[in-house]
Amino acid sequence: MSTEAAIDIDREKGNFSYDTDYEYDAGVGLSKDTVNYITDVKGEDDWVRAFRLKALEIFNSKPLPTHWATKDLENIDFDKFRYYLSKGQQPSRTWDDVPDDIKATFERLGIPEQERAFLAGVEAQFDSEAAYSRMKDELSKEGVIFVGSTEGLKDHPEIFRKYFGKVIPTGDNKFSALNSAVFSGGSFIYIPPGVKVKQPLQAYFRINAENFGQFERTLIIADEGAEVTYMEGCTAPKFETTTLHSAVVELVALKGAKIQYITVQNWSSNVFNLVTKRGLAEEDAEIKWIDCNIGSRLTMKYPGVILKGRGARGEVLSIALAGDGQHQDTGAKMIHAADDTTSNIIAKSISVGEGRSTYRGQVHIPKHLKGCRNNTECDALLINTNSRTDTYPAITVRGDDNSVQHEASVSKVNAEQIFYLMQRGLNEGEAMSLAVNGFINDLVKQFPMEYSVELKRLIDMEMEGSVG
Amino acid sequence: MNELNIESLNVSIDEKQILKNFSLTIPKGEVHTIMGPNGTGKSTLAKALAGHGDYTIDSGSATMDGEDILAMEVDEVSRAGLFLAFQYPIEIPGVSIANFIRAALNSRLPKGEDIDAVAYYTELYSEMERLGIDRKFTSRSVNEGFSGGEKKRCEILQMAMIKPKYCILDETDSGLDIDALKIVADGVNHMRSEDRGILVITHYQRLLNYIVPDYVHIIMEGRIVKSGDKSLALEVEERGYDWIKEEIAATV
Repeated sequence: MSTEAAIDIDREKGNFSYDTDYEYDAGVGLSKDTVNYITDVKGEDDWVRAFRLKALEIFNSKPLPTHWATKDLENIDFDKFRYYLSKGQQPSRTWDDVPDDIKATFERLGIPEQERAFLAGVEAQFDSEAAYSRMKDELSKEGVIFVGSTEGLKDHPEIFRKYFGKVIPTGDNKFSALNSAVFSGGSFIYIPPGVKVKQPLQAYFRINAENFGQFERTLIIADEGAEVTYMEGCTAPKFETTTLHSAVVELVALKGAKIQYITVQNWSSNVFNLVTKRGLAEEDAEIKWIDCNIGSRLTMKYPGVILKGRGARGEVLSIALAGDGQHQDTGAKMIHAADDTTSNIIAKSISVGEGRSTYRGQVHIPKHLKGCRNNTECDALLINTNSRTDTYPAITVRGDDNSVQHEASVSKVNAEQIFYLMQRGLNEGEAMSLAVNGFINDLVKQFPMEYSVELKRLIDMEMEGSVG
Repeated sequence: MNELNIESLNVSIDEKQILKNFSLTIPKGEVHTIMGPNGTGKSTLAKALAGHGDYTIDSGSATMDGEDILAMEVDEVSRAGLFLAFQYPIEIPGVSIANFIRAALNSRLPKGEDIDAVAYYTELYSEMERLGIDRKFTSRSVNEGFSGGEKKRCEILQMAMIKPKYCILDETDSGLDIDALKIVADGVNHMRSEDRGILVITHYQRLLNYIVPDYVHIIMEGRIVKSGDKSLALEVEERGYDWIKEEIAATV
């Protein structure tokens, strides 16, 4: 079972931190100086500095989206975070060259092992910068680029500048503006025409420091007919104070290309996880988001696809598990902008104890288009009476030649099911776990093997902890 | 000690007493049947012994091979060896029959251990064949969209795989056509053993044409009022329950 532990989502396993001396530290709080410090340290071009400073202005001018979102956002104190921490800017190409304390962290999380087992390339980010980045040689020979954001903008502007900030404009929302001002790390990937990367590329995001904000920026471009699967995992130690994670991820699938982006988010319960993810699909291209949100205090994330070219396909498969004290506010956006485009959204949420899950969807098919189809299914499972779930599916479909199908359900694991399962010998936790795994089973079947195994394991642990 | 022993059991639900000083002993190797009109406490007996939370044990005892099962959790009773075939089996969406039974068997092993998959499927398929269950059922969700007969056969399949020491079949015959009834009865007969006690709760005598019990008990108003052999069941079939009621009335 070499591929079993793709992303470790044992919550306790990530709950540790080693003392680390940082070479570069932007200090506490956010100002023009912070932004200038980051851009100086990275030695960026003037246009990047201007882009960042403009973003800071937009961030400062935009209110928090609390009129529709949770008031918990108001508990984020932007003056208390540290916005940039690193030991250096150059990621190592071998694990031997990674500083010992950082290497110890990733070894404990099992990353080098997974790389050997089944990955085509790995980037391991520790706080603000990648400590390690490597891709198989044969992919470099085929012209695949897999680097960090700083390197991508500096060394390959002809490829990345064209799309950088275009799928998700700086002013899309307050947190995309924040990311645009202080972004660091993340992956810039380019797959040349016709190249099909068989094994996944993986990024692992690790927060180590307290009072820290991580703002990685990822841009993936699959050129015509190219295919790639990208996976990301994330963990952080649990601190008393809050941690902020605010990423921006842009995907571009050119004609006939396919991008699959898989996330298993298992942040500790003090993390605000406010992420903007969107893809642009050209003619006959396909973008698929597989998004599993297990950890964090508050997650707000609505992966989207803009279906720009005729025949483009977009898909979001999402699973959210909200335990005690957690709010998973997740969903999907599908913007149809060409004829014969199809989109599919399947969202399943599980609320346990005092946990709260919210689904927000936006599907837009304008009147002038023909042959567009959307299917939206959102199912919520409640584990006990204190759990809460809300569904806000906004579906705008105009025109006679387009079709939409929407199903939503809310169900509970009932006492008779638990009695039945326990009468066969399962203890209460095992019974809950089996029922929950059954609830998401049809979705998980579509996931790569290594993810479904890990998800099941995590749910088992969560359920066993949820019964008294 | 090798028996399921129920003594002076008083059970109520929502403060309404259902079982009244109910006593019954089922030694291993025997098949007992409980018959009785609706609402006399047949299903209450099954669920109370299994530990269902809706039922309150007011007094009395129930032991299995000397172990007090009333003090146990539902899953502990199960693992101690009591199997209940449900009158209305519950649907578990998304959980396949194969995974469900496997989880049940794994729950009897030390934590972290897993049964041998090859041996498991070999046995599962052979039991399914005996019960006339199509192999494609292994991947279907537990009881979801099953016909009445399919649900009951699936209960017997679970019983055969788990191999409990004591089995209670709660109106397993209800809703079955004659072919299904025969298959279910064959399944139960196959389970008959010197190492196992079986209690068949039924409304109708017809199941007993295929499962020949060692003893037949008539339950009324929460307790056993008459016991006999198979001929008692036939008499009930012919004369109904009223004559028994009259007999009781006469002895009071």
